[in-house]
This record gives sequence, C-alpha cells and structure tokens, in this order.
Amino acid sequence: MSIGWYLVISALLFCVGAAGVLVRRNPLVILLCLELMLNAGNLALIAFARMTGTGDGQVFALIVMVVAACEVTIGLGVIVALHRRRVPIDADELRELQG
Amino acid sequence: MAEVVFFIAGIGAIAGAIGVIAARNPFYSVLGLVVHLISLAALFLLLRAEFVAAAQVVVYAGAVMVLYVFVVSYIGGVEESISTTGPGLRLAGLLFGLALFAELSIAVLGSGLQAIDGEGAPFQPGFGSPAQIGELLLTKFLLAFEVASFLLLIAAVGAVVLARRRRGLEDTGGFEPEDRAEGLSASAVAAQGSTGTMAEGVGTHTYPARGSQ
Repeated sequence: MSIGWYLVISALLFCVGAAGVLVRRNPLVILLCLELMLNAGNLALIAFARMTGTGDGQVFALIVMVVAACEVTIGLGVIVALHRRRVPIDADELRELQG
Repeated sequence: MAEVVFFIAGIGAIAGAIGVIAARNPFYSVLGLVVHLISLAALFLLLRAEFVAAAQVVVYAGAVMVLYVFVVSYIGGVEESISTTGPGLRLAGLLFGLALFAELSIAVLGSGLQAIDGEGAPFQPGFGSPAQIGELLLTKFLLAFEVASFLLLIAAVGAVVLARRRRGLEDTGGFEPEDRAEGLSASAVAAQGSTGTMAEGVGTHTYPARGSQ
C-alpha cells in the first residue's frame, strides 16, 4: 500500500477524535478522544518514517506515547478528584476550576 | 496480502474510533479504544515498526487501558444522555469533523510529495527493530529521552497529589479517623499552612470552618 493511504486513515482518525471531543460531555470520553487524536498523529509519524526509511519518526511516536501516558495519568487523577468532591462528571457543569 | 491486512486493520481502527464516540456507556468506549489500538498496531506492523507496535499493544492496550477500566468502574460508568446536548451542537461537531477531514485531505494531496504515492524507502534489515530504536534514543534523541523520563516522573507525582484524600475539604462520608494528627510533633508548625500544603496532604491541617472540636 502506498503511504498516502496511511495518511488518509490518519486524517480520518484525527477527525473522528476531534468531533468526539466536541460532541461528548463526559470527561472520560473526552480523554479517550484525545487518545484517538494522538494515535492518529502517531500513525502519520510512523508512515513518514517508513517513507524516509529512517527511524526518527518511530522515536517521535514513542515519545508521543509517553506524553499520552502522562496526559492520561493526570486527566484520570483530575477525574478521580472531581468524583471525590461530589462534582458531577460532566464537562458542561464544570465551568469553574477554582478551589 | 498486505492490502487485505491493511483494509481490515484500517476498518477496524476507524470502527473502534467511531465506537469510542458513539457508545453511551464509557466502559464500551474504553473497549472500542482497545479495538482501535490493536488495529493500529497491525497498521504499524505493516509499516515495519515492530517495536512501536509491540509497545502499543503492551503499554497502551494493556496498561493504560487497564487504568481506564479501573477509573470507569470507580466512577461507576455514568450513562450520558446524549439527547440533552441538543442536536444543533452535535451537528456542528460532526460538520467540524468533516470540514477538518476535507482540509487535511487537501493538505496531504496538495503537498506535492512524490514519495506519498510510493511504498516508501527500500527496506533495510534492522529497520524498526529495538536495536535501532534504542540506539537512536540514546544517541540522537538523548535529550528527548531524558525529558520524557522527567515528564513521566512529574506525571506520577502529580497524579498522586491530585487524587489523594484531602481531609476537611469535603465531606468524604465520615469513615476517616478524626484525630490522627494528635501525636505528630510537626503538626503545630504545619498547621499554619493552608490548602495545597504538605500539612493538608497528611491531614494535620485544621480548617477554621470545621474547627468545632
């Protein structure tokens, strides 16, 4: 398969993730949609690594995976803290972040 | 053969992604993401990124998803009523996604990269192997490697700080020992602190609003 097909799939996945961030209101699902977008970026990076024949893009993808893991950890920590404080887990209700 | 695997994996990845944003129960969303990640690992294998594919399955679909499942069961999968969002907003979100796809496609097609139409560079033995990735990480990308390790450390500490039990900030159901701070010698000094300090973290901080004891 040519590299262009992988880029098309990557673009499609990114758009599905972006639409999900806009449509959904549950912060857990919003985090999942961010994962979708990061993974779409990973696919593009690895496709370009295949295109150029160097391993640089794969190292980038690994670093992106590390960043995604950090984002998941912090995001889930925030959600657990919200749950502890009996705040509704809903992005529409969370209008203020103080306190 | 590669085409068949490509289309199966691609359709699996897109179906998993759509399942993530379409499922009402967050638990099913997580399962959809697992399908998506495993399909994506197959695509990575087709692109000869063996190590990244293995890391994707083990770290992502394994560890990170288990963390998600734990949190979803801790929160208790609240079913989201999609209808209350309003059809206009959902339509706007979907239209935004379509517009973004059109724009990205135009950008990819209009980039003028000749190599996009090809199969990629000629394959060299060792491409995408753990040896090559490790050598790159420890020579060319050493700074990124070190920064990533610091980032992981900061995230681990931050998650513990965020999700710890704060005494007095909320009514947690009354199953905490009320006077565990009695024997601590540092409590008198630490009690001068306020929200966010170490005194609050270990529970020795007395809150004026609750200081009825």
